[in-house]
Amino acid sequence: MKPILIRNGHLIDPATGIDAPRDLLLAEGKVIAVDKTGKIKHTIQYPDAEILDAKGLVVAPGFVDIHVHLREPGQGYKETIASGTAAAAAGGFTSVCAMPNTVPVNDSPETTRWMLAPERDAVIRVFPIAAATRGSMGETLTEYGSLRAAGAVAVTDDGKPILGDRIMRESLIAAARAGMPVIQHAEDTRLTGGCSMNAGPVAFRLGLRGMPVEAESGLVERDIRLLAEINDARAHLHVAHLSTRSALDAVRKARRNGLRVTCEVTPHHFVLNEEAVGDYNTDAKMNPPLRAESDRVAMIEGILDGSVDAIATDHAPHAAHEKEQEFERAPNGITGLESALGLAISILHIRHKMPLSRVIALLSTQPANILSLKGRGTLAIGSPADIVVFDPGKTWTFRAAASKSKSKNTPFDGWALQGKVHTTISEGRIVYREGNQL
Amino acid sequence: MAVKKKSSKASTRVVRKPAASGKKAAQQSIQSVIHPASLLSITQLSLEEVQSILALADQLEKEPPIRSEQRLFKRRVALLFYESSTRTRTSFELAAKALGADTTLVSDKSSSIEKGESLKDTGLTLRALGAECIILRSPYSGAPYLLAEATGLPVLNAGDGMHEHPSQALLDLRTILNRLGKSGSISSSTLKGVTITICGDIFHSRVARSNALLLPRLGARVILCGPAPLLPETAAQIAPKDASGSVVIERDFDRALAQSQIVMMLRIQAERLAGLALDLEEYKSRYQANAERIVRYAAKSVIMHPGPMIRGLEITSEVADGPQSVIEEQVRNGVAIRMALIARALSEQSTASGISMRKNSR
Ligand SMILES: [Zn+2]
Repeated sequence: MKPILIRNGHLIDPATGIDAPRDLLLAEGKVIAVDKTGKIKHTIQYPDAEILDAKGLVVAPGFVDIHVHLREPGQGYKETIASGTAAAAAGGFTSVCAMPNTVPVNDSPETTRWMLAPERDAVIRVFPIAAATRGSMGETLTEYGSLRAAGAVAVTDDGKPILGDRIMRESLIAAARAGMPVIQHAEDTRLTGGCSMNAGPVAFRLGLRGMPVEAESGLVERDIRLLAEINDARAHLHVAHLSTRSALDAVRKARRNGLRVTCEVTPHHFVLNEEAVGDYNTDAKMNPPLRAESDRVAMIEGILDGSVDAIATDHAPHAAHEKEQEFERAPNGITGLESALGLAISILHIRHKMPLSRVIALLSTQPANILSLKGRGTLAIGSPADIVVFDPGKTWTFRAAASKSKSKNTPFDGWALQGKVHTTISEGRIVYREGNQL
Repeated sequence: MAVKKKSSKASTRVVRKPAASGKKAAQQSIQSVIHPASLLSITQLSLEEVQSILALADQLEKEPPIRSEQRLFKRRVALLFYESSTRTRTSFELAAKALGADTTLVSDKSSSIEKGESLKDTGLTLRALGAECIILRSPYSGAPYLLAEATGLPVLNAGDGMHEHPSQALLDLRTILNRLGKSGSISSSTLKGVTITICGDIFHSRVARSNALLLPRLGARVILCGPAPLLPETAAQIAPKDASGSVVIERDFDRALAQSQIVMMLRIQAERLAGLALDLEEYKSRYQANAERIVRYAAKSVIMHPGPMIRGLEITSEVADGPQSVIEEQVRNGVAIRMALIARALSEQSTASGISMRKNSR
């Protein structure tokens, strides 16, 4: 691994509060030096350092996606850990947290370790999130201690929300003891049977059964109530892909009451609303569904006012033949790793004037903190050299066909976006270079 | 603006003409284009097109069979039915045969649909076998869009899930116009001053949706009537934004009847009521079209029903067979309208120039 000197770039590191021109020296997979432009003298100690000219570009901690579906083990036709992490690298991500709804469900230390094995050919860091209950059946807790020891960073039954009060309470307590958050996909499935989009006039017109916002907010409120009852400062609830104003309000209120509740929002929930379903476009079908415009606006407001802790993509690849079905039969989910930065910059930074440092914090520092990923989401000296170099002003057209993901199920195909990844470095290795095959 | 859609897939899927190959078409195959003579939703038709379909139906109905049988002689029309439907299937089949076309029925009942085969593959197989037009009935809302996109053939929606039944709306319109003595050109004021009540299980009804999407565009005031579990408040928002008429909800059937020149009763499926908090006897007492109620509140109204009826539930025999009923006329109009739709789908003109289709103002 060659040392790398990143020169002439503009460093934005929310963790250290730097937002200024800086050079960075990377060696042995770590950040060795950060100094003013031209100040780093590398030639004596690192004469062979590769020089990366970042003039006009932003240098930031590599992005951290705490909600991706890498589909391995078991569904390699949709995605593999290798292809999913390649897509992540192309999107500027250096850490991804893999959801456990694989085949089999990742509910064991063995599966967790299998995902982390070098044979998976991950090009960036993968942090498995393990199932909160055996088989994600919502009945018996998994072994949180040994899952954590095997490398899991959180527990969840994503896609199969934990409905029972007793098991959810047990999960929050056990996870607190193991030092992990419980991530809840907040959907009261008793209210969403047979539903395939958001409830409302669009669903009515299309003749589709709709998921009410209460299915989300009701479960968030229930989880918050359980968290309050437990009364353990270590207990941490993280709400996955939050999509409704009422659920966000519940999170805000819980935090005012001193509870440890965090939440993430996906790019599609702050960019699109239910109208995107159009004439049954299955690439606009996901769970939670695209909501009403008022809820989309609420997501933007929550991001701007700091109520939202992280942007997570919920990258959910599906094969073409699975999405080319009747809308109600098509699986939920869209890919998201390679369009996330462009959407975040285009909508949050350009349209809503959010400072780049805050956009970066939402994509790296804050999600890394939610799951306590030590050294990630920061470029402090000594931390892993996980870096994204991007051009915040470059406009480009996102093409699903050019995606590194095995699947192309995205509603953003053909969109003109602003903000493009130039280079991604994972632990000191260049894992993505714009326009170049490595 | 920072984000621009290069191609608005959602809003152009229906209206794309063969010549204008969208990005999706470029990526996947040349077939992923909706044939312009398809009828997937009533919203895709301009009022001019509605008028030309009605005019064609008039013409075909009057034409001697010896002549109309030559129109689509030996052309191949496939009927793909994933739900049983005697009425609609027979109507389309007779319509196609009256134009001289050969028809093939493919239904899940006759197990001619391969087990587990996708709709796309079934459509491609039918196309490869020579089908030139597919008439689709599906339990899934939106299925006709998928089939039309996959095959590039003209697809006629014969009912999809809870979504639409556009040919039913056209035959209902023909019935209404005949009864009101309106003929000639159609405009946004043709049904001005006309109130039409649609009563019953609106939520599950594709007939209600297609009618509520069409009639207000001709100026009609449409009253949707039924109990909350079968008629959510959001239903009133179905009225097209540019409609000259309106859609309102009235839960009191008697009050709705008193305002209506036209009354459309919808079938109640007793098995659907089971899951809902609805009492059948109470339903009948509030929403049944019976002689007492009709005489009292709607003695001059035209009574319609798309069928199949459940006599004694949403409608009594006295009303269904009574002098105000036009139910059999609806059935007859169905054949004429479907002849027009099939002729339109297979006319050389429509494939060559592309019938202009209204942008989905969704
Ligand atoms: Zn989820």
